[in-house]
Amino acid sequence: MKSMPDSWRRETKPHKFCPGCGHGLVLKALGMAMDRLKIADRTVFGVDIGCSLLAWDFFNADTIQTHHGRTVPVIIGAKRARPNLVGIAYMGDGGGYAIGSQHLINATMRNDRILIIIVNNTIYAMTGGQMAPTTLKGQKTETSSRGRDPKYEGFPLRGPEMVASFAPEGAYVARGSVSHVQRLARYLERGLENQLQDRGISVVEALSTCPTNWRTNAEDTWKFLEKEMTDYYPVGELVSPFKRDTQKEAADLETCH
Amino acid sequence: MISKLETKKDEYPRPVEGERQAFMYGNEVVVWAALAAGAECLYGYPITPQNEVMHYWSRLAPDYGGKFLQTEDELSAGFATLGGIMAGARCFSATAGPGTILFQEPLAMAEMMRIPIVLVVQQRGGPSTATVIYSQQEVFLTIFGGNGEGLRIVYSPGSHQEMYDYTLKAFDVAWKHRFPTLVLGDGYQAKMRERVLLYDPAARGMEIEPTVPFVGLPGVPGVDREPAHWRNAFSVEEELYEELEPIINDYYRIAPSLMEKEEGYLDGAELILTGHGIVGRAVRTAVKELREEGFPVGFFRPLTLRPFPGKDLIRILDDCPRLLVVESAQGQLAKLIRISIGGELDHRVQMYPYFRPGLGISAEELVEEAKAILNGKREQKQEKEFSMSML
Ligand SMILES: Cc1ncc(C[n+]2csc(CCOP(=O)(O)OP(=O)(O)O)c2C)c(N)n1
Ligand code: SF4
Repeated sequence: MKSMPDSWRRETKPHKFCPGCGHGLVLKALGMAMDRLKIADRTVFGVDIGCSLLAWDFFNADTIQTHHGRTVPVIIGAKRARPNLVGIAYMGDGGGYAIGSQHLINATMRNDRILIIIVNNTIYAMTGGQMAPTTLKGQKTETSSRGRDPKYEGFPLRGPEMVASFAPEGAYVARGSVSHVQRLARYLERGLENQLQDRGISVVEALSTCPTNWRTNAEDTWKFLEKEMTDYYPVGELVSPFKRDTQKEAADLETCH
Repeated sequence: MISKLETKKDEYPRPVEGERQAFMYGNEVVVWAALAAGAECLYGYPITPQNEVMHYWSRLAPDYGGKFLQTEDELSAGFATLGGIMAGARCFSATAGPGTILFQEPLAMAEMMRIPIVLVVQQRGGPSTATVIYSQQEVFLTIFGGNGEGLRIVYSPGSHQEMYDYTLKAFDVAWKHRFPTLVLGDGYQAKMRERVLLYDPAARGMEIEPTVPFVGLPGVPGVDREPAHWRNAFSVEEELYEELEPIINDYYRIAPSLMEKEEGYLDGAELILTGHGIVGRAVRTAVKELREEGFPVGFFRPLTLRPFPGKDLIRILDDCPRLLVVESAQGQLAKLIRISIGGELDHRVQMYPYFRPGLGISAEELVEEAKAILNGKREQKQEKEFSMSML
């Protein structure tokens, strides 16, 4: 694995995320996917408000940092105005599933030809660790100090499953994890390919880490990601218009890290 | 690699050839003006009384290469419009009432990032859902609505002709100066049919400022050119101030050249009537009638509410410090006037309010009101109804 994808902007590295943050790994996977498809020159990369905004100068790609929850409509507006652009909307789980949830649902219904990446770190990170729609049952946050109680706060939202439940023909929906960067990169690549082939919307959730707000050391961070999160949020492709050519390819995808 | 817009405007006929007399609804006028200005996309959300802007656009625009999207709400409409503009297309939208509230967020982003969005607002009754019909209660929302400094340009046309002229102009001014530009109409204008002369701006030698993409630029970023990185979030106060100061300076530098108004019958006037938009038209008609009857009245009609042509009003009030302020709102225009004339003059001017929030105002009632003032039957109203301290 290259330490730095070609599409990364070297001048702005090291990046601005905290040590141990998953955002950098999601963007590594995205960089790898962009490199493979050689699309940096026609990409419009949109970042939300949330820690995703720290990626406003991350790539050698034209980038728009917009408001919290509004990245999807901005990228849709650009994509519809100029269909040859490759639109990527990058946001946190608060941006994607709470304040911007109407955009996710309607973009899916319309099958807008963009790639939506939602970084699930089970928390509102940038604002200091409040509860997100994805906060796990019993998980303590600044606004669920006794742990998320489903009786009052509902059950954690499985975003890709929700999207998959009404995904139109041609849509691509997957959940990857920063614990398997190569596989996440494959999912993102497929999401982008789906857009390039004008088939439909692509929604990829990435399970990610936020040691700063989780207040975890490296070991516990990884454990929370690989155990608690992955148990509730299974990794894999949920909807795919791609035909699996061979059993081998399917097997490859499951084993690649 | 792509460098050009994919919309091939040249393959389509010109929406308006030469000149054409028409009799149509205000919302339809907006659409023809947008088409004539070369608008390419309308992303919008239905709300009365602007619905027909979307109806006519979705019906007519495809013939001229225009695109349309009905979004899930006004936030989406506004932000998609910004995305389209940043991609280099001439996009615009239209809204009203609660929709104007939701539009504040994209408008604020446009102010910070100098994104030339054009928004047509057809005012309806407020606050809240109120009526779908008419008011002039969205003045403050339109000019100062965002979490910022009101770095916007706002036209208030009073007739279908002005609606056409100023919508056309909005597309030029927005792209020339890169500030959000709004055309503030109302439900009466939107739903009323009236004569209007449509014209091709090119046939009149009017050039509409071309669009420029912010993203999707030619060349490989990082190889042939720097990547375009656009943001509106900053780490520290000084960084924001550094970013904002030149924007504010730009705004106030161009402001004097943008101010527009109409005035008349000022000679020997002992009372000035003022109103904007469709009310400004009733004001003008009333003043004409009063003059015909021999009453010494004049009128002042701001055509830009932001920047407000205050210096012209100061000049007029210097000679005649009595002002009847007429509006279908509870003093939104009056407050604007007080802010902009300010100082000593502010205290010397006798102001007479004629506030009818959400109600239409006819020239006839203004004739009566002006006569009553001139005949000493009206006190200058203070405190509750009209006071700076209530701002
Ligand atoms: C309209 C609006 N409401 C609230 C905020 C404050 N805010 C900034 S980031 C954020 C949440 C970020 O969480 P998430 O989207 O999950 O991204 P993360 O920081 O975890 O990557 C909030 C609520 C805002 N910027 N705008
Ligand atoms: S606060 Fe959390 S999500 Fe944000 S940069 Fe730090 S580790 Fe990453």
